[in-house]
Amino acid sequence: MSPLTAVLASEAEPLIRWDWIERNLGDDIAEALREHLILSFTPVLLGLVVALPLGIACARWRRVYPAVLAATSVLYAVPAIALFVVLVAFTGLTYSTVIIPLAAYTLSVLVPSVVDGLHSVPAHVRQAAVAMGFGPLRRLVRVELPLAIPVVMAGLRVATVSNISLVSVGSLIGIGGLGELFTTGLKRDFPTPIVVGIVAIIALALVSDMLLLLIQRLLTPWERAGSGGRKARRAQEKTLVTAGGER
Amino acid sequence: MNAILGALEWFTRAQQWSGPDGIPARLLEHVWYSLLGFAITVLIALPAGLVLGHVRRGRLAGLTGFLVTSSANAARALPTLGLLILAVILTSAGDLVPILIPLVVLAVPAVLVNTYAGVRQVEPGLRDAAEGMGMRGPQVLLRVELPVAMPLILLGMRTAMIQIISTATIAAYVGLGGLGRYIVDGYARQDYDSMAGGAILVIVLAVATQFVFAGVSRLTVSPGVRARG
Repeated sequence: MSPLTAVLASEAEPLIRWDWIERNLGDDIAEALREHLILSFTPVLLGLVVALPLGIACARWRRVYPAVLAATSVLYAVPAIALFVVLVAFTGLTYSTVIIPLAAYTLSVLVPSVVDGLHSVPAHVRQAAVAMGFGPLRRLVRVELPLAIPVVMAGLRVATVSNISLVSVGSLIGIGGLGELFTTGLKRDFPTPIVVGIVAIIALALVSDMLLLLIQRLLTPWERAGSGGRKARRAQEKTLVTAGGER
Repeated sequence: MNAILGALEWFTRAQQWSGPDGIPARLLEHVWYSLLGFAITVLIALPAGLVLGHVRRGRLAGLTGFLVTSSANAARALPTLGLLILAVILTSAGDLVPILIPLVVLAVPAVLVNTYAGVRQVEPGLRDAAEGMGMRGPQVLLRVELPVAMPLILLGMRTAMIQIISTATIAAYVGLGGLGRYIVDGYARQDYDSMAGGAILVIVLAVATQFVFAGVSRLTVSPGVRARG
């Protein structure tokens, strides 16, 4: 027996007790997962619905953009737990208390990526659309927005992954999806639920990230031909690395 | 609305401003943990990011590039509260060290990835010019690449500091001092005034940190780099 296994065996409580997982998988863990999905994906959709028009407006009227950017970057800096607590006064202990701040974070990530995405459309492509007789609206919908998809999707991936991990903080006020497993584990001094919670949250985030990548590939068949612009690739990478910052 | 007025009234109570549970003491604790975590984070991540970004030859350079960039988004998936509780349960509770580990682990990627990306983005022509002037590797890194990458490095540091302040707040749940105490203890006592008061203090601290970093960036980013934006 190696020293490590000896230590692990001598512990009264093993790191993972599979029987606990088996007993609770059906109702407790499944219910926590369902709540977690609602709490993390609703804000993504809400944020996207608001960020698209706001981002388009910021890309068009560039003088508005610095002010919007400053506001979203300050908003992004506020810790989630503080926003949850402040919102309790207005929305009580409901799902909205968690959903509203996460939608605000999503918005903070997505507005810059919509703007960067639209700005990454090469000038000659825009000119070609104009030359073909496209009006401003048709140019936006048929040319500029589709070409902005990779950068917007990069923002969507960042927002989704961070939401999935942030929901668990809500368990400090009793609304936390899989995060409830953490508080349960601490109260009973029992590591199994905590490990289950961490693994489930990371797995959920990775699966969602891959699904979004897949959707992006399906939406942008021309990227596979390798014709995606260098500017767009840089903007995508920038979003993945620095999202939430003001550059 | 009444609840927010109650929180404002909480600030005016005399006992909030003195003793070990007073606002000055808690704020100081919070700033101290945060600076400690920040210092360790920067000591680990800044040199690593600079070196990884600087070395671009060899077969491994492409692989590290991929790993560093994908770690940026993967790190966002780590649940703060889970890591904190696990660290405390697996080590002896009540100590500062088990809390510092998740604090640093969650903040390192921000500095690492931004530093790496910042150095990577330096134009090749600029680097060639530095080498043409006779600079060696470390000189190119410290005198050309570092100043040019400064805006991104500072952005990474700011993101890390904000992350640390937020993690330190949540760490009150596993026994750490600081402003999070008002939120966690308030929740336990069903005292909303204390919770909201703590939340407002955390928001003020986070926003103040944003402004501090904006100031630092004015002082440390060279005017030439800033103008190029």
